[in-house]
Order: sequence, then structure tokens, then C-alpha cells
Amino acid sequence: MKQTLKKTGHDKADRQMNDVFLQFTAKLVFLIVIMFSFNLFFAGHYTPGGGFVGGLLAAAALILLLIAYDKKTLQRMVPIDFRLIITSGLTFAVGLPTLSFLFGTPFFTHQHTHIEIPVFGDVALHSAVLFDLGVFLTVAATALLIIVLVGEAEN
Amino acid sequence: MTTNILPLLPIIIPFFTGIVMLFTGRRPLAHRVMAAVGSLLALIATIWLTIHVYQSGTIVTYLGSWVAPFGISVVIDMAAALLLLTTAIITMFTVIYSFQSIGIEREKYYYYVMVMFMITGVNGAFSTGDIFNMFVFFEVFLLASYVLITLGGTKIQLQEGFKYILVNLISSNFFVLGLAYLYSVTGSLNMADIYNKLSAFEGNYSIMTLVAVLFIFVFATKAGVFPLYFWLPGSYYAPPMPILVLFGALLTKVGVYAIARTYSLFFIDNVDFTNQILLLIALATVVMGSIGALSYTDMKRIIIYNILIAVGVILVGVAMMDQTGLVGAFYYLIHDMLIKAALFMLVGYLIYRTGETGIQKLGGLIKLHPWTGWMFFIAAMGLTGVPPLSGFYGKLFIVQSTFENDHYISGIIVLLSSLAVLYSVIKIFIGVFWGSDMDFSKLRPIKSDKILFASFAMVILSVVFGLAADALYPLFDMAAQSFYDPASYSNYLTEVE
Amino acid sequence: MELITILLSGILIGSAVYLMLSRSVIRIIIGTALLSHGVHLMLLTMGKLKRGNVPVLDEAVENYTDPLPQALILTAIVIAFALTAFILVLALRAYGELGTDDVEEMKGVPHDD
Repeated sequence: MKQTLKKTGHDKADRQMNDVFLQFTAKLVFLIVIMFSFNLFFAGHYTPGGGFVGGLLAAAALILLLIAYDKKTLQRMVPIDFRLIITSGLTFAVGLPTLSFLFGTPFFTHQHTHIEIPVFGDVALHSAVLFDLGVFLTVAATALLIIVLVGEAEN
Repeated sequence: MTTNILPLLPIIIPFFTGIVMLFTGRRPLAHRVMAAVGSLLALIATIWLTIHVYQSGTIVTYLGSWVAPFGISVVIDMAAALLLLTTAIITMFTVIYSFQSIGIEREKYYYYVMVMFMITGVNGAFSTGDIFNMFVFFEVFLLASYVLITLGGTKIQLQEGFKYILVNLISSNFFVLGLAYLYSVTGSLNMADIYNKLSAFEGNYSIMTLVAVLFIFVFATKAGVFPLYFWLPGSYYAPPMPILVLFGALLTKVGVYAIARTYSLFFIDNVDFTNQILLLIALATVVMGSIGALSYTDMKRIIIYNILIAVGVILVGVAMMDQTGLVGAFYYLIHDMLIKAALFMLVGYLIYRTGETGIQKLGGLIKLHPWTGWMFFIAAMGLTGVPPLSGFYGKLFIVQSTFENDHYISGIIVLLSSLAVLYSVIKIFIGVFWGSDMDFSKLRPIKSDKILFASFAMVILSVVFGLAADALYPLFDMAAQSFYDPASYSNYLTEVE
Repeated sequence: MELITILLSGILIGSAVYLMLSRSVIRIIIGTALLSHGVHLMLLTMGKLKRGNVPVLDEAVENYTDPLPQALILTAIVIAFALTAFILVLALRAYGELGTDDVEEMKGVPHDD
């Protein structure tokens, strides 16, 4: 916000601009959005949701921070290289299906089971979650990377 | 175990090589080693695969243990195996060629990674048995090719890359549209299953002709067939030579393969119309390619227009849809992939050495580079189809098939196109290697041992392929069989049930 | 219902063609995005629009909907998303490098000086 104002000629943006509301709300909304994105991610497989939507939502949450603060703050908050995230996401998404060769089953064959956990009750465990985690990471990091790249080109 | 893992190896190996390279970050030297090792592994895997397919027939695996036609199947018949093998060979030598030619800047920006991802997509498109999955793999290699064509960010690359992406984006959307129609008509996406359903169906399914027109529009754009080749000469002119080797040798051929596959399996009802259309546009492609190749004096452009001629000739063989024509089309397809890679590599060497692409400014290079000159001559003869070099057998079978089917004019056009090819490449040879000497002091001192190793290896491979063509006939007959006798391709489904 | 979605898809594709015929790069990109929307809507319609239960999960489901078109559309949307993002970044780079967003001026061979 400040950067945009400065670019359009408002040199005194720092003094005049008081975006405490935006920044405080962004923090709160960020938490809500990121929790919802995790919720969507875990809801996947049996109910609507999944890695792609979850990943996009996580990226949206981080972009909210990017708008309210700036790129430096975002990098301090999330000190990770996006490229590394994309790579690990791809590894999860393709490495896991490949592992099914070890069980003598074709590519992409998933294993699943149910277990009883004291508080949560009956929990379904599915190896597709790990594949979805890969999708989640890749999508979130790619969306962020592209927006940060475009933002850099502006400056 | 073998049936589970073997058909997927050509897809997984390049992909994992790419991922490992991404993990190591911007280290060009490490990338070079990994790319070479990865492509060598892929080559070994495809050789194993070809032998396996030759011994025990089509090899199938079902992703996620979902039986076909419900799940996605990866089907490797002889045609796919041969194409995978040729792709692996070309990838390996192109990677070696790139060491000294692509430039360290592009290597830092993940050039080898993108090459590996593109090969993943190309191999996937060759080996999948599911038409939607083919679309996905098309997008995978197209996305990688978008990055490759703009990698480096010179003005001409950005300008032509934008057009290339736009054209492919639109044709991809039409691919989805065609898939939508196909799915609503047949209710299936497994290619073998669609064939079984269509051939068992008694009623009128002329709607498939509409789907055929949509599909031919899509694949003709990707393969560069008349009248949709307009983007090809401009866009292929932009990227540096090693990328052009991959594009020219592989990408258009994927489109040709897709045309052959869909024509043999889906469009079997209104053959008079669909095959006639294919024949006409193939001949028009040959003619337009010949005109282009004859009219330019720019080495790069001449070779690019030669791609069009080759695509047209292969499609003439496919349009015949009989045994002779398809065996010829397959000989010519494999031959063209090898020889185009060889020619592009040699022309690339000349361009890197002299810094010029126009042949008028060059001359007399045979004194400095006798080996390169004569290798170029052999490659030119092979491209034209002088016996016993590799281009001869493909053209022989294709022309024989056109005469058997009373398409005399098509056969004569194919034969005449050989003259255009001969004239255009010999024009390069005479202009560059003979004639009055150019100013030799302008030549650039470049390291070229690996460039020349890769180029000569490709030329020698194509010569060996030509000499061994007779011994390889059973393989090509097997490959052509899944096209002229589609039931032999689709019967893996009935074996399951 | 099918008729409405088919008409809507036609309108989307028509607007896409109009946008893609213009000379501004950004309009062309919006046009490709609209084209992909129209095509996806067509794909959805081709799987028949009806309400029903989830197939596969229960043995005894009678009136189920076809899940395949939706899975295909999801894949196609992901691909269209990646392509649109890429072409936007490319258009930005091209604008910076070539100094124009007019495709009419993007003809011929530019000189690197």
C-alpha cells in the first residue's frame, strides 16, 4: 500500500499513511484464512476440498500479508525460498506414487486404513494425503512466486 | 514387477532428474553431469523396453490399480517404444551438444531442468493409452517448451515466444473442446475402449466426423501442417540451436503421432472424407514446405522449412492407412527425427563458428573443416533419401503405397519434393563449403569437440539406421500393425476381462 | 438447462474471439482466459447436468452423477491457471523489453542493440 502510494507521487506516504487498521486486520484474517486452507486441505479426498484449493487459499493468505505490509516483512515472517518449496512439493507429488513399486503395486496405488485415536475417535489414514501435500506446496509456492515476480518487475 | 515399473520408466527418469537438478540450485556444471546421466539412464530403460515389447508384445500398466477402461492406462506398443527410444537418443546427444553451445547464462536458469521436463511430457504423450492423459502430457511438454523458447529473454525470443504460446494455447483449448465432444459421444476416454465401442456400434455416428475435424485442427497446429503451419517458421527461428534441435526433432513429431493414433482408433467410419482431408493437407504441406525451402538463403530457415516437408510426407503415408503406407510412415518418422537432429546440429555448428546464418556471406569452409563438410553432405543425402541411406526406405514404401491406392499424383508430389529437399540442402553445402573463400579471420574461436561429437554421432546413427533398415523391418511392421490393424492395439482390454 | 449452459459457453467463446482479435496484449490474454472458461463450461455440459449421489463410495447408489467431467475440468482449470500465469509474466517481460503492448508492432525481426 505504502509502496503503491509512493510510486504514484505521494512522497510523504510514510507520514500520512496510517494503515494500522489494515495491518491489524490482515494479521487476524490471515490466521482465519490459513486455518480454513488447512481445513480444506484435510477435508479433501472424501469431501470437497483438496491440495489445489487449499494451496491457492494459503497463497491468498500470504498475499494478504504482502499487501498489508511489504515484501521484506513477508520474507521475515516466512523465511523460506519458494523455489525449494515447489521442488519439495513436486518430490512429494511424484515420489510417493513411485514408492508404490516397493509394495509391488502399480504407480499411484494408494494404501489406506482406519485407526482409533482417543480424542478424535475414528480417523481415516490415506497415503493420498501425502500426494495432496505435494500439490498443496507446489500450488501455494507457485502462485506466490509468480505474484512476487510480477511485483518485483513493477519496481 | 516389470510390467508395473517398466512402461513408466521413460516418464519418471527425466522427471526425477529434473527434480534433483532443481534441488541442487544454480550449479551449471552439476546440472550437466546430472542431465547426461539422466538421459543415459532413460536411453538404457527405453532399449530394455523396446526389447521387452519385441519379445512379449504390447506392455500395459494401470495407474492406481484401477482397471481400464475406468482408470488411466499406460500402453506401450512397438510404435511407442520406437519413438521413446529415438527420443532418448536425441535427448542424450542434444544434452552433450548443449554443453558447449547453449551458454552458461541459460544453463544457470535451469535450461537442463526444462529439457528434462519437456522430455517427460513428450515421452508421456507417446506412451499413454488415455486421450485426456495425452492432453495433460501435451500441456506438460508445451509448458516446458514455452519456458525454453523464451529462456534467455532476447527481444526476438520474447516476441516470437508470445505468438508461439498464444497459438498453442488456443489449439489446446480446442483439444479440450474436442475431448468434450468425444466424451459425450462415446462415454469413454480410454483410446482402446473408444475403438472397441465405435467398431461394435451399428448405428450412424457421423458426429465423429465433426470430432475428427476438431482433432485435426488441434494436431495440425501442433505438428505444423498446412494451413496451420504459419507460426512455425517464425517461432522456430527465435530460440538458440540446441533448443531448436529438440523442437524440430521431437515436438512436431508428437503432433504427427497423435494424428496417426486418433485416425486409426477413432475416425474409422467416414474414412473417405477424413483420410481424403488428411491427404490433401499433407500434400499442401509438402508443396508449401518445398516453396519455403527453395526460396530462402538462410541456413536456419531452409532447415525449418524442411521440417514441414517431412511432416507432410509422413502424413501422406498415414493417410493411406494400409500396411505399406504405415510401415513407410514409421520408417520416415524415425529417420526424420534422427536426421533432422543431425542437420540442425551441423547447421548450428556452422552458425556458432561463423556467426552468420545467410549462406551468401560464407564459402570455402571445406579447407578448414573437411570432416564437417562431408558429414553434412552425408546427412543431406540421407535427408533426400538416396539409397542406401535412411530416408530411402520410408519414401519407397510411402510412394509404393500411394501407387497401390491409385493416388498417383500424391506419389509424384512426394517424389518431386525430394528434388526440392536435395536442391535446398545442397544449396547450403555448395554455398558454405565450396565457392570463393570467405574471410577466415572472422571465424570465431569456439570450443567444439563436444558439439562435433554429438553431430557426427547423430549422422553416423542415421547412416547405421539406413544400413540396418532391412534387419529392423519386423520391428517397424509391428509398429505399423497397431495403426492399420487397430484391433491388435485395443485387444489388451479384452485380455483383462 | 443444458441449452442455457451451451448458450453461455457460446457467449463466452464469442467474447473471447472478439478480445483475441484486438491488438492489445492484455486483451488477448483476457481473451484466452475467457476461451478456456467457455471450453470448460462446454466440457461440464457434455457430462450431462443432473443432481445425484456420489458414485463408487456406496454399493447401493441408484441415481448417481458422472464424476469424470468434473475431474477433467479440475485438471484443465489447473493447466489453464498455470498457462495464464505464465503468459502474464511473459507479457510483462516482453513489454519491458520490447516497449510495446501492441501486437501489430511485434512483427518482423527485432534487432538486439
